[in-house]
Amino acid sequence: MQDQPSPREILCAIAAFLRNTVILNSDPHTAFQARVAANAVDLVLRQLELSTTGEAAELMRLQALLGHTGTLAELNTALAEALASGAKGISTPGVSEHLRATTLEKLQVDQPNYSGYRAALERPLKDT
Amino acid sequence: MNSASHSEDAVRSALAALAPRLRPAARTISGLMRLSGGATQEIWRFDLDTTEGSQPLIMRRAPGGDRRSEAGVGLNVEAQLIAAARASGVSVPEVLHVLAPEDGLGHGFIMEFVAGETLGGRIVKAASLAGARQTLAYSCGQILARIHSIDPGRFPSLAHQTPADLIEQWHAAYRRGSVRRPVFDLAFHELSASRPPPPVKARLVHGDFRNGNLMIGPEGVRAVLDWELAHIGDPMEDLGWLCVNSWRFGRIEKPVGGFGEYADLYAGYEAAGGAPVNREMATWWEMFGTLRWGVMCAGSLAAFRSVDATVERAMIARRTSETEIDLLRLMAN
Repeated sequence: MQDQPSPREILCAIAAFLRNTVILNSDPHTAFQARVAANAVDLVLRQLELSTTGEAAELMRLQALLGHTGTLAELNTALAEALASGAKGISTPGVSEHLRATTLEKLQVDQPNYSGYRAALERPLKDT
Repeated sequence: MNSASHSEDAVRSALAALAPRLRPAARTISGLMRLSGGATQEIWRFDLDTTEGSQPLIMRRAPGGDRRSEAGVGLNVEAQLIAAARASGVSVPEVLHVLAPEDGLGHGFIMEFVAGETLGGRIVKAASLAGARQTLAYSCGQILARIHSIDPGRFPSLAHQTPADLIEQWHAAYRRGSVRRPVFDLAFHELSASRPPPPVKARLVHGDFRNGNLMIGPEGVRAVLDWELAHIGDPMEDLGWLCVNSWRFGRIEKPVGGFGEYADLYAGYEAAGGAPVNREMATWWEMFGTLRWGVMCAGSLAAFRSVDATVERAMIARRTSETEIDLLRLMAN
């Protein structure tokens, strides 16, 4: 068993160090980079917590949509090809629900404060 | 190896020697400061000292003086575009001098320094700019109509890009990446199926007219910046790009740059002589702009893994998903 503090606790300490020490003691350019770095640490923390459950759900949806199994990358490529050729489209049952769910799962990690993400959460999918 | 000045001291003495040719009364320069140095351009600020006082100026030049940028129109054409825009009544900094080989500073130009706010997040929020925000969308429409009235025949080196060319170009850029994104494939398919025909009258397109490239003061737009992506094409491209959600800086409910309404943008455009705006086509260009920015973000992954392994580059790559939710919203409408 590994000792503690946990990776999560250490990453939180790094983000706090960047925000409370580095930014306050740096020239404007370095302070900007440090703010970006602190945001990146936060992103990693969110991904550590969320990605496994999200990707399992994405895999299930892709298999249901495409009717076959494969890795996430293979199934995403297959769906991309079907959408590019027009074999599937926005009105194909399940497509818009899947794309919305997958994109929301990414934004929950990437940019949970993004205005487009907030708007999507407030507004359920339109009837298709 | 290289006739252009690299060090700050060399830039200072070359600018001091140039001073009397910028203004006859000028003796020297002071306060030289490098503002930014990206892969495509260096920006320097300095004061031109004359007997009557000093004038703040900006020098934009190629990195190290003479490395040419792959993308973009080039600094000499950029200087000509700014001069043409000024002659058409667009607020831009006055270009005082285009660098010549004998100046020893490489390729670039010197222009007046315009003070004001360029940070998009402050432009949409600052209390001091509340008055400006009331009229900004209308003003942007007027400015774009003036830019689109410039004779494109004066700029023979600029690329001509029809909607079909642009889709092909950005689709190829997307497919050069290693990741397939079903939302992008769907968006390319939809945009391709509904794309506008080549414009009846191709216009000079600014190419990067958005919140972030506008110098704003309490009275409104002080200067239109960053002309390096100019090309000849469909003028609606500029109106759509200005409305891409990523340039609204959190104010999704204000579709024009996070500060204004579509109707005001279009009214300003038409009042200043722009062609009547087809709303459906304007929306097409907004969606195209969203996809273009998405492909640019996605391309940051390859840049991060090769030439630019910075945290900032990594975080731009992770902004790709924001364009995907915007594309899904636009396609649901």
